[in-house]
Amino acid sequence: MILRTFVITAALLAFASAASADQRDDAKAQVEFGIKVAQNGLWKEATFRWEKATEIDPSYAEAWNNLAIGYEHQGRFDDAERAYQQALKLAPKNTYIRTNYDLFNELKTRTTRRRDR
Amino acid sequence: MNSKRARHAAAIVSLGLLSATVACTNFYEVPIETPIQAKLDVGAFRRVLVAGFISGGTDDVDANMETVRLLRSQLRTKTNLRVIEAEVLPLVELAQEQAQKAGDAPLPAVADITGAQPVPQRPTDPPTATAADDTKKPEAAAPGAIRSKQDLERYERIFADAAFWKKLGEEYEQPLIITGTIMFTPQQTAGPVTVNREEFDQLGRRIIVPRRLYQERKGFILEPKFVFIDGRTGATLYSESQRREVLYPASQSTPALASYFELMDQLIPDFLGALSTQKIKGMRTLLR
Repeated sequence: MILRTFVITAALLAFASAASADQRDDAKAQVEFGIKVAQNGLWKEATFRWEKATEIDPSYAEAWNNLAIGYEHQGRFDDAERAYQQALKLAPKNTYIRTNYDLFNELKTRTTRRRDR
Repeated sequence: MNSKRARHAAAIVSLGLLSATVACTNFYEVPIETPIQAKLDVGAFRRVLVAGFISGGTDDVDANMETVRLLRSQLRTKTNLRVIEAEVLPLVELAQEQAQKAGDAPLPAVADITGAQPVPQRPTDPPTATAADDTKKPEAAAPGAIRSKQDLERYERIFADAAFWKKLGEEYEQPLIITGTIMFTPQQTAGPVTVNREEFDQLGRRIIVPRRLYQERKGFILEPKFVFIDGRTGATLYSESQRREVLYPASQSTPALASYFELMDQLIPDFLGALSTQKIKGMRTLLR
């Protein structure tokens, strides 16, 4: 009985792990395509790809980071903020994401600088 | 023969290493341009008048004239507004006149700097142009000069004088009027400074190591306040204060005018951002 439970659990875990790996692979393909098109200046297409990547694998911090950059490029500050927050939540120690977020905040501060009136 | 083989081997190894490096690259630096919406709707104006500024701080730079000149050229090239080429207003003197008419306590006698001449064409030119004796002691030569933000605040009432600005607007076919204050002051500090040094670790990799050094530095602080006035009504539409500073090692001699332009260069995108949608350039890192 114990053996059977063990085998079933192991099989389930293996299946889940394989499914998760598949998800990541699919998301990664979207991310890589997004990078390619962004490098060619097609930022809307890139942003669409990174949105898809985060839908496929919401735990993919790098995809959230790229998505935030895509939003930034379109002037969508609120969306960029949310995407950066998500990326940092998933990978708090990633210095690239942290640096991008700091630069974004600097830009945001500049644009919302104190208005006297 | 052997050397040929060795060269081939080296080429193959290099190619292999390069492929491995490319395959392992997980980040890509990309330039981005973030669009920033204009803070002010200037659709109602086709013309803009940069009227002049109340300037203070150092006498080494005529901040009023330089700012007017710079903003006019930037507006001409970076916006669709037609820039009115008019004489720069002697705002300091006008503010003093207003205060006298209103029976207020007299403002500091900045007019002493330019002498008792009729309204000059370049009212805030440093005295050096007319009084050679003053060149040796510009700071001491102007007892009533604007040296601090407190001095400057006493003149700011002029921006609220809607009748004055409306009248000026009528003269120039009701443009958007840009005016404000500029403080450009020298500064000097001494203390620990973090300097990034490039070093190589045991594996020969380049690393940046921050080092703390004691340094004496001098430089300038630029604090402009841009006021945008509706030439049709004389009302202030929007105003924005900014602050930038720069410090150099004390041993470095940087002319005040060069520092002024260095700091204004940093401010110009924000200034233009008030009037038109701007694209701010930056670098970001995409990740795989």
